[in-house]
Amino acid sequence: MPILEVQSLSKSYRQMGGETTVAIGNISCQVEAGEFVSFVGPSGCGKTTLLMSIAGLIAPTGGEIVVKGRAVSGPPSNLVLVFQEFNKSLFAWRSVLGNVLFGFDARGKKIRESEGKAKALIELVGLKGFENHYPWELSGGMQQRVAIARALAYEPEVLLMDEPFGSLDALTRLELEDTLLRLWEELGTTILFITHDIEEAIYLSDRIWVLSRRPSEIIEELRIDFPRPRQQVTTRAEGRFMEIRNQIYKQISNESTT
Amino acid sequence: MNGSGKFNRTGWLVFGLFLLLWECGSRSSPKLQVYIPPVSQIVVALSHLIVSGQVTTHLFTTLRRFLEGYLLAAAIAVTVGVALGYFRFAHSLTEMLIEFLRPMPSVAIIPVAILLLGIGDSMILAVTVYASTWPILVNTIDGVRHIERTLIDTGRTFGLARRRILWQIVLPAASPYIVTGLRVSLSIALILVTTAEMIAGNKGLGFFILDEERSLQSSNMYAGIILVAVLGYVLNRLFVVLQEKAMKWRRGMVAREGV
Repeated sequence: MPILEVQSLSKSYRQMGGETTVAIGNISCQVEAGEFVSFVGPSGCGKTTLLMSIAGLIAPTGGEIVVKGRAVSGPPSNLVLVFQEFNKSLFAWRSVLGNVLFGFDARGKKIRESEGKAKALIELVGLKGFENHYPWELSGGMQQRVAIARALAYEPEVLLMDEPFGSLDALTRLELEDTLLRLWEELGTTILFITHDIEEAIYLSDRIWVLSRRPSEIIEELRIDFPRPRQQVTTRAEGRFMEIRNQIYKQISNESTT
Repeated sequence: MNGSGKFNRTGWLVFGLFLLLWECGSRSSPKLQVYIPPVSQIVVALSHLIVSGQVTTHLFTTLRRFLEGYLLAAAIAVTVGVALGYFRFAHSLTEMLIEFLRPMPSVAIIPVAILLLGIGDSMILAVTVYASTWPILVNTIDGVRHIERTLIDTGRTFGLARRRILWQIVLPAASPYIVTGLRVSLSIALILVTTAEMIAGNKGLGFFILDEERSLQSSNMYAGIILVAVLGYVLNRLFVVLQEKAMKWRRGMVAREGV
């Protein structure tokens, strides 16, 4: 049984003038436990709307989200979303440790008993020594690490990530991609990732769904089978890597011109 | 404001000169001395009042009234403010009413309070609460409305119930605004307690000041005024100390943003 199923999901908005915009056409897909899957699509294709719907933060117009065989409405308890805007999502009034402890607290764990685990998680995301810093004292990349640690503290079965590295510089981005892969391999969490960076999606994922422009639909499903652990240099240097990249790029750019 | 902890030598010098000028000016004219006695005389009067315990009950009465009114106002205003800030509909219903009542000088409500509650403690409490509610209320509403949508969504994706989102996210996120309101209301509460005591009281520093004025004890009257000033100063300092402790997380952030 897939851990997460999206069944004929659609979302339309009523605009100010009374017109209806269809953001998501009709999307169905299945995520297996332990998988790393990504949606790739042009900007403005409704990626965020899609992920917010899956996270239960906005109500879809049609279709259903099924988690472990059960249809859910509202935010499912075994899913957690990592936002692109980490600076707006982190709690400025809590230290790094406090932010991570929030994840345990939200899961219903006793805060006092979770401190050791929280510190271990902070070390795992590479922030050892920054436990007592406040978010504003950290760089963007470090802030997103805190947000990831906080999400993992919640012990979700599925981690949803909405362009989490979208606002980071290129180098930091590569670093965080590797950190994320390492965490994923160590913790076995299922990850559903969204990005507009085709190469990032190929590098990270087991499977990729290519999305069309609005109203977005899945136009292609690709299985990526580069061996793991992947390497920024060697994996990206493989001939197959570029082939897949160009294939996806053509599909997306065809979409843009039509 | 000067950085805390640093001794402001010139500032104190100016203050000392002011006292000296007062002392000499007052002593230069016996006529003036009746209305503005020399500082030394006021200090003597003040120490007499304190030693004899004549003024302590007034001081404590004013302090108690202040604390009751201020804390009650804070509790009411923060609760209502969070609700009005969080639920847009409730805010649009009450917005005009708030905008009408808030700018009115709160002392104007004293006659109404006297009519309804008579003269006494409950009247003083009522006007103090009324006046100090507005700054906290308006700031709390503002603070809650300025919270990033993403912050609330973060609480929701972590499965927090609405009540916990309010406690753990909305309240701390709005706290810089709330603290601003609390700071403004601190002075307002003290003003209202003193004013109400002058109009309708038989206890408290406000009553004491006016009573001494009526009995032509101008030294005692000034001593009372100085006590209210000291009370206000101490309460303000106390507030700042508590604020810096509670809002430690903001200090560096604000400095960096250059606000």
